[in-house]
Amino acid sequence: MNHLSLIIKREYFTKVKNKSFVIMTFLSPLIMIALISVVAYLAQLNTNKKRTISILDQSGLFINVFENTDNTTYNYTSDATVEGAKAIVKEDEHYGLLFIGKGNLETVGETVRFYSEDSPSLTVISSLENKIERKLRDLKLVANGLDTEQIKASKANVSILQESFDGQKSSKIDNILKLAFGGIAGYLLFMFIIIYGNMIMRSVIEEKTSRIIEIIISSVKPIQLMMGKIIGTSLAGVTQFAIWIILLAILSTVVSIVFGIDLTAAQGQQQELVQQAMDSSTMQNEINLAIQSFQNLPIANLIIAFLFFFIGGYLLYSSLYAAIGAAVDNETDTQQFMLPILMPLILAVYVGVFTVIEDPHGTVSTIFSFIPFTSPVVMLMRIPFGVPVWQQVVSLLLLVGTFTLTVWFAAKIYRVGILMYGKKPSYKSLIKWLKY
Amino acid sequence: MSELLVADAVSKDFGDFRALNKVSIAVPKGSIFGLLGPNGAGKTTLIRIINQITMPDEGSVLLDGHPLKQEHIKDIGYLPEERGLYKSMKVGEQALYLAQLKGMSKSEAKNQLKYWFDKFEIGDWWNKKIQELSKGQAQKIQFIVTVLHRPKLLIFDEPFSGFDPINANLIKDEILKLREEGATVIFSTHRMESVEELCDHIALIHKSNKILDGNLIDIKRQFKSNTFEVGLQSNNSKIVIEEIKNKFEVLPATFKNVYDDVKLNVKITSETSPNDLLSFLTSKAEVHHFVEVIPSASDIFIQTVKNN
Repeated sequence: MNHLSLIIKREYFTKVKNKSFVIMTFLSPLIMIALISVVAYLAQLNTNKKRTISILDQSGLFINVFENTDNTTYNYTSDATVEGAKAIVKEDEHYGLLFIGKGNLETVGETVRFYSEDSPSLTVISSLENKIERKLRDLKLVANGLDTEQIKASKANVSILQESFDGQKSSKIDNILKLAFGGIAGYLLFMFIIIYGNMIMRSVIEEKTSRIIEIIISSVKPIQLMMGKIIGTSLAGVTQFAIWIILLAILSTVVSIVFGIDLTAAQGQQQELVQQAMDSSTMQNEINLAIQSFQNLPIANLIIAFLFFFIGGYLLYSSLYAAIGAAVDNETDTQQFMLPILMPLILAVYVGVFTVIEDPHGTVSTIFSFIPFTSPVVMLMRIPFGVPVWQQVVSLLLLVGTFTLTVWFAAKIYRVGILMYGKKPSYKSLIKWLKY
Repeated sequence: MSELLVADAVSKDFGDFRALNKVSIAVPKGSIFGLLGPNGAGKTTLIRIINQITMPDEGSVLLDGHPLKQEHIKDIGYLPEERGLYKSMKVGEQALYLAQLKGMSKSEAKNQLKYWFDKFEIGDWWNKKIQELSKGQAQKIQFIVTVLHRPKLLIFDEPFSGFDPINANLIKDEILKLREEGATVIFSTHRMESVEELCDHIALIHKSNKILDGNLIDIKRQFKSNTFEVGLQSNNSKIVIEEIKNKFEVLPATFKNVYDDVKLNVKITSETSPNDLLSFLTSKAEVHHFVEVIPSASDIFIQTVKNN
């Protein structure tokens, strides 16, 4: 059997059989689901809480504006004074008192107050504001001579359908979907590099500290050992990721079925608002559009580009991690070398998040999608928005070129570094090693 | 071809530092070759070059008449001074892995391992992790892994460090046995008594240069100073000593003896034969001790390094 596959096999199985690796693999999704469940459960508790809001409407303009919902009961108070109403609300332990003073259509808005024991939640207040504003607007329109039927008929819903010159249709939802795709791909790569890059580095350091390295490299070439490590660790990483995704899917289904906790309830409050703002017909419309947008995404291009940029980007960074591992004696010495690796990576994510969303084909995004150290993340985020093939190819070629260079560079450092003990290396000595 | 390994004018620079300066050695087939030198002399660099861990800047290395190539790794077994094993890996698994890296097939490696494990009576270690073993036990595994693939050339760098005297002896016997079975051994150590005991050839490297090499006996012959330890019994020892002193060059004694009437180191000139000295002595007193002073490897080492 050839050396590389032997090394890959060993690296893979030692990682996979490692106790803490196994525990992390199975525990992480459990912890994650448990956390989300708790948050969702608490959120549900919160939204399920019934509250009663008392209303004192001295203007008499807002009769029947406040309709009871599942969670909120509106109660028009009997007492006509503010102080009296406050006392009743306090005694009955109601959520709060909405006071609307006397006034005409112009002035009544300024008289509105909300009295409560604790400060009220933002959702409650904005929901009340919404209701009052809408009623006032309707009243004003009526006062200006429009009838309510006309007002209803005048309501319009516009969602701009976008179409490129060659006929590709898209919409706002489309953009969100693209962002989600690009964001997930970019972020996944970022996480993968950090987690498994570190793992590679540690395993190189382990070989140095256990002093087995000289025995190994009397049998195999250092570059074989390095590549075997990178590939073996990556395969272990892919395994771990796959298990995580499967476990998360299974667990979240189980949890929501068995405990009846809707995991999406974590965003329940906001949903209420969204639902208020959007009536059901447009909702249906949007879902249709979303499905259509999904079909519009350049799926084949996405998958192929994801594979190439992911592998290229990962190899680029992991070879640097391996070189750092080879250069130092223990993990605490790695810090001075970590920053230059992390900087471009973090920069890439920032550029991806802030610039690509704003303008996927702008100068900044385009430039960063060519620079090899940031291109994997930025390009992956740009591709859903449609990047010309030549740009992808050029960026990929640059990446492969740089990758070859860093692997060569890392292998040099690796070859010399793994046999150096006891000296804390500086950048100067690293450059010297390149000449050995 | 009587040399297994020939290094020809090998040089290696690390930056401005010359670690090896045109060093040539020739290791005869079937010999135990002592590679000696003070710390930092360049021994490890030379060993690493032989193992193709580092490449020489100049010069060449021939193994069995062929320039060193990647496939030669299966012909060499190397026990480095800085050694260790994967701590959390099981003994058997690890030994199989390392053997396969040396080009053995899995089944072949298993058979060989079984042989060695039985020999050292450590069969029950197979499923233990290295971190559960003591240092000496781990060293045994290390030794087995080094010799497992039956290489033509064995390179041991301080093989006895970490062993108690019993196990050190065990390993020494195994090394001798491997030599009998046809292996050639390069042996690097600072323990001169094991050089004395094991090596038949040596090379001495000092400050990146080879300053001495050859057959150990030839070297000793070259370094001996025609000095004899003389122990005599006599009633009038003072007169005897005076007479010897008049005829020969006398040095303080460097040996111990049960009789100490007359105890001297006597140096004779190259024209004089030892028989002349002996017959002179027998005519004067009763000879109890008459031994030629042979310089030890340690003496040669110290003397040569100091003179350079």
